[in-house]
Order: sequence, then C-alpha cells, then structure tokens
Amino acid sequence: MSIRTSHRMPGFSPLPYLLILPTAFFVALFTAWPTVLSLYQSFFRQRLNIARFREPTFVGLDNYITLLTDERFLMVMYNTVLYVVGTVPISIGLGFIFAMLLNRKFPGIGLARLAFFYPTVLPMVSAATIWMFFFTPDYGLFNTALTAIGYHGPQNWTANPNLALIAVMIVAIWKNAGYYMIFYLAGLQALPSDVFEAAALDGANWWQIMTNITFPLLRRTTLFITTIAVIGAFQTVDHIFVLTDGGPSRASTVLLFELYRRRFESYDIGMSATVTVILIAVLLIFTVTNFMLSERRGE
Amino acid sequence: MTAETFGSTGQAKGILGRIGYWLSVGLTYGLAALWAVPVIWAFVASLRPPDDPMGRGDVWLSFPLTLENYQKAWSLAPFNLYYVTTIAVVVTVLAVQFVTITLAAFAFAHYRFAGKRWLFFFILLQLMIPTTALLAPNFSTIRTLGLFDTRLAIAIPYFGSAFGTFLMRQAFLEVPRDLVDAGIIDGCNWWQLLRHIYLPPSMPTLTAFALSSASWHWNEFLWPMIVTNSETSRPLTAGLVRFTQLGEIGARWSLLTAATLMVAAPLFLVFLVLPRRFIRSFLHSGIK
Repeated sequence: MSIRTSHRMPGFSPLPYLLILPTAFFVALFTAWPTVLSLYQSFFRQRLNIARFREPTFVGLDNYITLLTDERFLMVMYNTVLYVVGTVPISIGLGFIFAMLLNRKFPGIGLARLAFFYPTVLPMVSAATIWMFFFTPDYGLFNTALTAIGYHGPQNWTANPNLALIAVMIVAIWKNAGYYMIFYLAGLQALPSDVFEAAALDGANWWQIMTNITFPLLRRTTLFITTIAVIGAFQTVDHIFVLTDGGPSRASTVLLFELYRRRFESYDIGMSATVTVILIAVLLIFTVTNFMLSERRGE
Repeated sequence: MTAETFGSTGQAKGILGRIGYWLSVGLTYGLAALWAVPVIWAFVASLRPPDDPMGRGDVWLSFPLTLENYQKAWSLAPFNLYYVTTIAVVVTVLAVQFVTITLAAFAFAHYRFAGKRWLFFFILLQLMIPTTALLAPNFSTIRTLGLFDTRLAIAIPYFGSAFGTFLMRQAFLEVPRDLVDAGIIDGCNWWQLLRHIYLPPSMPTLTAFALSSASWHWNEFLWPMIVTNSETSRPLTAGLVRFTQLGEIGARWSLLTAATLMVAAPLFLVFLVLPRRFIRSFLHSGIK
C-alpha cells in the first residue's frame, strides 16, 4: 500500500472521529433523535391544549388507525398524491422543452435562459405573493388572460374548492420548470454529437432522433430530476400558506401542511408525530424504490 | 457552450429547416416572455402611486412613477430588522457549515478507521429524511434548548450538512494522490494537509455549495416562521408573509409588490451579476 495508507493506520487515532464529531452531533440532534422521538410519540395520545390529555398515554396503534380511517386525512393524502403527480411530470416536461429550445445558438439566448431560470432564485413566498395578484378575480392577470382565450368559469381560484389545489400547483410548476431545465441542458450538452450526425446522415427524422437517441441517453438525468422533484414536492408548502392557507376546508392541504396544522394549530403531539412518521415512511419508500430501480436498470 | 446537436441538423435541410428553426426560436421567445411576466409585472406595479387602485385593464403602469411604495413598505414593517436577521442567519449557517463539512469530508476522504462506512451512512440519513419533515420534534428540541424566538434557532438545524459533506468528500477524493503523498513526506500535519493540499483545488466545489446553501436559507420560510415570534428574530420571508396579512395592506398591490421585491432583491442581484456561477452551483446541488 502507499504511504498515505500507512500514515493513516499507526494504531488507533481519535482524530478522524473528532473531525466527524461536529457533523455527526448535529445530524444526531436534528435528524436521528427527532425521527426516533416521532416514532415513539406516535404511540401515545398527547394534546397540549386539553388538560386531561396533556400527559402522554400509551395508545398503541390507535393514532395510525384513527388517521388512516379518517376521511379528512385520506383527502389530504389524496391531495398530496394529486399535487405530486400533477406538478412533477409537467414541470419536468417543461424543463425538458426549455432545455431543447435553448440547446442551440440564437440571438437573445442569455435572456431566455434568465427568464426560465429566475423563478428558481425567487423565494417561494415572493413568487406566491405575486401569483396571489394573478389569481385575483376580475382584474388579476391570470383571469384576464383566461377570459381572453374564452374561459368563463369561476374566477376566484384560491377560494374555490375545486381550483385551489390547482392554483398552488400552477405556481409550483412555474417556479420549478427552470430548475429542472438546467439539469437537462447539462445533460444535452454532454451528449456525443457524432451519434446525432450519424443518425442525421442515415436520414432519421427529428422524432426518431428524439425517441431513439435523446430520451434513452437522458434516462439517468430524468431519474435524478424525478427524485429531487418528488422529494421537493413533499417539502414545499410556502405557497400554500400565502395563497390558500390549505383551504377552502382542506381542499389544498397536503401532508406537510397537515403536519403543521396538527402540531401548531391543534397542539396534538401524538397525531403530529404520527403524520411525521407517515411522511418519512412515504419519502423513504420512494427513495429506496427509486434507488433500487436505478441500480437494476443502471449500466 | 452550446453543442449544436440540433441546430446543425436543422440548417442542413435548407429552407424548410430554416423556417423550423425560426419557428422554434419564436416559440422560445414567447415562452420566455410568458415566464418573465410575473417579475416584470411586479416591478412595474411597484412603481405605481401607492393610492392608485388597480382595476380591469389597469394593472400595469400608472403615472407618475414613484419609489414611494418602497418607503411606505419599509415604514409599515421593520424590514431593516428582517434584513439583519436573514443576513445573520445565512452568514452563520455558511460559516459553521464550512467548518463542519470540511473537517468531516477530510476525515472520510483521507483516513481509514473502524466504523467509517457506518458513520458515513449515519450522516447520509439527513439526505433521506429531510429536516423539513421533522419540524414538529425539532420544534420541541428548540424549546428544550431555550432557543425559541432566536436567530440561532433558525440556523442551528442546518449546522451539519450531509450533502455538503458528501460534495466535499467527492472533491477531496479527486485531489491527486501524489500531491498528498508529497505533503506527507514533507512532514505536513493533518491541518497543513487539509489547508494547503486538499482545500485549494476544492474551492470551486465549496463555492458552488455555498451559493446554493445561501440561496436556500435566504428563501426558507416554514421553519423560521415556526421558531420565531418577534420582529427582532423574524427573517425576510416570514416578515413578508406577515406583511401581506397586515390589515392596512389589503389589496394594495403596489405596496405588496414593493415588499416582495425587497425580499428577493439581494439574492436576485447576485444572480444577475453571476448567472453562470449560480446556475452551476444549483446544478451541483440537486439535493440541499
């Protein structure tokens, strides 16, 4: 072995452990411990704002059973699925289209890239505040534009039970598409150009090149973007706070928002711990499945 | 920077290809304009006279143009305090993360020791279980530590960063072995190795991580909103949301847009000055 290795093993040295200690300490305190605590608390009934429930009582799986049979909670789960399934593919698709459009030279390309990417840098609360105006009935720009193309449906999107969730989804799609675009741009620019030249010489048309070369070569990029997009979708509720406050009557409440409510509006320690565990479980299942998929299909 | 994979095939097809090319360029302009509408509108609207209400067809410019909204927003809420808090939080997080991730990454890249894999996996837990999902139990921890309603409470959960550790470890592993061996022969101690051999070539990675970490913490809302309760510890994002809910604001959009842009402006200006570096740093940091 090299000098480097022999240098490292002169017998036991506490140095590497000391170097890792700060990071490990904060991970233990703000990731590992709260995870264990939530799991523990999810088996207890404890509500801080009701005197007789203030002390924790062991209730076994009651919290889970109550939640998973509660229609309102199931609606929250349904909203969450809808939100993820509705925002992730569309914003990734748009990101891909933007990247394709920008993957060539034309005058003004820098400005176009700026226009697609700037929402990523904007705080979500700022973005949502601007969109709050867009959704304003009567003179809001979103409604004005919709009316111009012949829409005559309800205008108060953020207060309409059927449209509130869609409204927050629109903001998320607008904000994230440019973020995913940059990964595709990097992916496209790393593609070997000789393959495309060969395909063009063989007379392959645009669509054949896309489906047979571009898409397959960008599969890993897509998988990566999907992972960060889904995890991000579960974690972002800022726009919901600004636009709908989860309403009307939970119509735009997703899992994390429900967690916030249970903990900070109902002061329900047991239930919020249970929702935390469910949220973590969903995220872990997704991450692990995704990882296994990429390993199995990976080269 | 563009590898003209598609432009070249388009040009090869003559007139038809040329038309297709310009059609798609037109589409790009259209989409870009559409995407830019929110920020352009916000900027224009923030310059309207504060007491000029909007109405159907009258939401853009209104004369005389004025900066009064910015003054007014500033006087209605303590934005100066919000700025100080946000800057303090971002600087604190970056400074602490710089130390923690560099040391941990150095240990993982340079040494062999018992339990290394296990420890690395333990730290990567933070990537699998995002801190945001743990806001309820972490709030209890903040209470127990007596940190509620302080700036430190906003920053402390991010003092250790699995992603930063991971990124820096990757960068350190790419430092040529010969260089490290030479340093060891020259009698460098661990600190000198880290300072003079590992860190210099890893600076681009560190800046990339710092930029994306800074913008993430500048923009964060939910956690700061939960752990703060007074104007002196509230950051810009939480301040803005409170501002939008003030009774006297109502639908005074020119005031709201001024406040909104004040919150976004500093980060935005950095981005406008260094767009490429920014984009590269976001590219590096797919996961926070």
